[in-house]
Amino acid sequence: MSLTTDEVKKIAHLARLGIDEQDVESYARDLSGILELMARMNELNTDGIEPMAHPMDQVQRLRDDVVTERDNREKFQTIAPQVEAGLYLVPKVIE
Amino acid sequence: MEWETVIGLEIHTQLATKSKIFSGAPTAYGAAPNTQACAVDLGLPGVLPVLNEEAVHKAVIFGMAIEAEIAPYSVFARKNYFYPDLPKGYQISQMELPIVGKGHLEIEVDGVSKRIGITRAHLEEDAGKSLHEDFHGLTGIDLNRAGTPLLEIVSEPDMRSAKEAVAYMKQLHELVRYLDICDGNMQEGSFRCDANVSVRPKGQNEFGTRAEIKNINSFKFVEKAINYEIERQIELIENGGKVVQETRLYDSVKDETRSMRSKEEANDYRYFPDPDLLPVFISEDYKAVIKAQLPELPQAKKHRFKDQYALDEENAAILTYSCQLADYFETALKESGCEAKLCANWITGELSAALNKAGLEIMDSPVSSERLAGLLARIRDKTISGKIAKQVFEEMWQSTATADEIIAAKGLKQITDTGAIELIIDKIIAGNPGQVEQYRSGKDKVFAFFVGQVMKEMQGKANPGEVNKMLKAKLKR
Amino acid sequence: MHNKTIIQLAQGLRSGEFSSVELTQAFLKRIKRHQKLNTYITISEDSALRNAKAADVRLANGNPELLTGIPIAQKDIFCTEGVKTTCGSKMLDNFIAPYNATVVENFNQAGAVLLGKLNMDEFAMGSSNETSYYGPVKNPWDMNTVPGGSSGGSASAVAARLAVAATGTDTGGSIRQPAALCGITGLKPTYGRVSRYGMIAYASSLDQGGPMTRSVEDAAIMLQTMAGFDEKDSTSVDLPVPDYSAGLNNSIAGLKIGLPKEFFGDGLNSDVAAALETAVNEYRKLGAEIREIAMPNLNLAIPAYYVIAPAECSANLSRFDGVRYGYRCENPADLTDLYTRSRGEGFGKEVKRRILMGTYALSAGYYDAYYIKAQKIRRLISEDFKNALAQVDVVMGPVSPTTAFGIGEKIGNPIEMYLSDIYTIAINLAGVPAISIPAGFVKDKPVGLQIIGNYFAEDRLLNIAHRYQQVTDWHLQPPKGFE
Repeated sequence: MSLTTDEVKKIAHLARLGIDEQDVESYARDLSGILELMARMNELNTDGIEPMAHPMDQVQRLRDDVVTERDNREKFQTIAPQVEAGLYLVPKVIE
Repeated sequence: MEWETVIGLEIHTQLATKSKIFSGAPTAYGAAPNTQACAVDLGLPGVLPVLNEEAVHKAVIFGMAIEAEIAPYSVFARKNYFYPDLPKGYQISQMELPIVGKGHLEIEVDGVSKRIGITRAHLEEDAGKSLHEDFHGLTGIDLNRAGTPLLEIVSEPDMRSAKEAVAYMKQLHELVRYLDICDGNMQEGSFRCDANVSVRPKGQNEFGTRAEIKNINSFKFVEKAINYEIERQIELIENGGKVVQETRLYDSVKDETRSMRSKEEANDYRYFPDPDLLPVFISEDYKAVIKAQLPELPQAKKHRFKDQYALDEENAAILTYSCQLADYFETALKESGCEAKLCANWITGELSAALNKAGLEIMDSPVSSERLAGLLARIRDKTISGKIAKQVFEEMWQSTATADEIIAAKGLKQITDTGAIELIIDKIIAGNPGQVEQYRSGKDKVFAFFVGQVMKEMQGKANPGEVNKMLKAKLKR
Repeated sequence: MHNKTIIQLAQGLRSGEFSSVELTQAFLKRIKRHQKLNTYITISEDSALRNAKAADVRLANGNPELLTGIPIAQKDIFCTEGVKTTCGSKMLDNFIAPYNATVVENFNQAGAVLLGKLNMDEFAMGSSNETSYYGPVKNPWDMNTVPGGSSGGSASAVAARLAVAATGTDTGGSIRQPAALCGITGLKPTYGRVSRYGMIAYASSLDQGGPMTRSVEDAAIMLQTMAGFDEKDSTSVDLPVPDYSAGLNNSIAGLKIGLPKEFFGDGLNSDVAAALETAVNEYRKLGAEIREIAMPNLNLAIPAYYVIAPAECSANLSRFDGVRYGYRCENPADLTDLYTRSRGEGFGKEVKRRILMGTYALSAGYYDAYYIKAQKIRRLISEDFKNALAQVDVVMGPVSPTTAFGIGEKIGNPIEMYLSDIYTIAINLAGVPAISIPAGFVKDKPVGLQIIGNYFAEDRLLNIAHRYQQVTDWHLQPPKGFE
């Protein structure tokens, strides 16, 4: 199984990840190699095995419905690239 | 060709919790931008979600109310997409194992009831808001809403007209407020609807291609948006075109739906179980406790009101539209000891009109159910007439006085002293010989003239029944 | 001073032999002298001295804890309020964390002095510390070799005595492998033992923080402060924390050690194998019983890991979008441009490779073939550990197939690099604890021995490892030039 450069570009777009045109080829090569490595999983029949999402066989703990957080906007926005009137600014969103 | 419409609704209800679904930030509406977005809501590096017990509780209440299967283990998944109002680049939602499974809801359209299937209801976090006012050509992002708990309720494609869709939506709206799991405020976005609409030739089994209409936030717009969409699709097909599966936005100003190109591309959400959260376990005991605490549901209450109080369909429907209104009715009825019909008419009539005029909800009514009961009791024991009662009610609306206090202060007590009434009647008969002649010669209509004169003379305080009886006797032909 | 253990330093602080300020200054001086190791991304000199002063007051006024006044360093993956937290990435080069990780908070409560933030592979993705935006870290045993990764800065700094002890994180071997390559002690606790809150996520179901120290005795003290239930982390486990130092000297006579034959196959360098055999013999002398065991699914750990970890990371790293914090590209033309360029310019090549891999594995049509398949294999591997640990008390094996390799030697070949994690990855998939301790040298480069225990049996692991350090002195030897 190998990935084409077009597929790499498609995935990169899905992940909103800019990659240089001259690197696409090498990504395709690396990823194809990794896919080959992954293909080794197929050596093993796993029919009927329950997928394991988590190392701990536990259930979710629930939090009481109480407000514990105070307004920290100023602190949080000092590290923001662009803010105005308390809002985070981004290029125009077109719907 | 005859066409059939197929509609399924996805309704997002904000669960009325104090804090967010995965953080301890407040959920109150209308705060200054980003003042209610904590580290977890902002998706700062390293933060982790912890699930709010109350969100789970409310989801289970809903599930029990629609007689759905509640999943013993439900799983949160990440829905991946990039959007500025989605801070983590994924929304924590549920995919394969939602907390609420198949259930149903009864609706009524034109007196015919129909069962609408509910496919599932799952917990998820709300996104923030994009503000499109101009910030030098940029968009502002407010993440206060990010992380507000949502229960997304997905119906089966069981509705066949916009009218049915609206009935379903209203029924659901009523239900979530009854259950006290959502405030139902549509202006503030607490109850939002997406509609999946398709058409097919009548008799065909397969569904047509559907379009999803987003952003319809009132009952009126749901009806209009769906009707517009039905016509658009039929026209398209009849002109040889094809409906494409897409997301469309309803523009209430232009009353049309239009394609949302921005959301069209690459809808590959790459769902997978969120490794930061473990499966949510709901025990049989937990369900049993909730079941025991479930309030009487709207449909059941309506039927009981019809049976127990002999109310007609219309009054029963109005009074059970909200739990608060139904409670108001039952309290007023019990306290006043009057006839159910009188009580119902007063609430759906005078009181509702006054509330509407003032733009108030029943829970904010200046006249409490106890005070209204005091007024109804005076109608029942004939201390005042219905007409005087309206006058008393107006006084009550403006003040905090009881009906009795107003009746006493204004001297509105009905005159039941027959001697006093007789004097007046004699005076009127003596003063209007012409009319007496007409009545005695068979003109029944003139009787009303005498009643009016007597009541006028007595400033409305005479008991109309008594006046009628005595007048009839005096005018005897 | 810099060769003393935590207990010796704590005694010195209490006896007035030296103050925390003096101790801190001594370490700051060493850090500056050895900057060519490139272990620190941020040296927090001012706040370190301030905290040392406060520690001295606390030491004088009573109720100090064991770590009060002890200079330690944090891997730059833990958020430290007011201190730059980069995760080894250009993406967070300007990120001053606005809050503390629970682990950092725990050390602050204990009165430990934070010297600074340690270099690491970018977003903990790497096995050589060469993927860091801040340049490769060097191994003090041989400046031309890598310290391992991703906690390479931590391992190198502790080995070179540039901090008394450090924290690390381990997703697929990131504590144990650099510990082995730098000749120090590194413990990856049971998944859920140490809070992940404030630890920037790479692969959430695998990540676990742990101590990196010169001795097992110090590791026990560090873990005592790091471990514990945290209500801010849903995956944190609410179990009491035992006294990790209490049982260190317990006898290990009769201990049953399992050696999986899959761990001693062709891939293992024969000199490393010989060193490990000597180490295992040492245990035999201590009264342990050695037996060979089979763990048939271990060979699939690498492919399963390289599906699961990238899948989780592809979502975990979506939050770095140039909107609320971190790197933002210049003059974005539109929203898509903002995202693709901020992320394209802010992330390095290995991070991008894994995001692409994970995105692919989760995308429509491939989910079952990759992600679900990998999770099924994860179950089988976890069963292998359960079965093994039902027969024996601990499993022992290598940490790394070779000693430290040369800088630049493997970075061009990602798959070869991935394969070097062959002995560590399965442990994360299962979630069990494991420790790496120095077990000799091959051509003057350290070799690590890995000891794997049952869930929440960190106390037992520390005991077993400590007994070995009582009869060997590998862990006491400093690299040349760093004595």
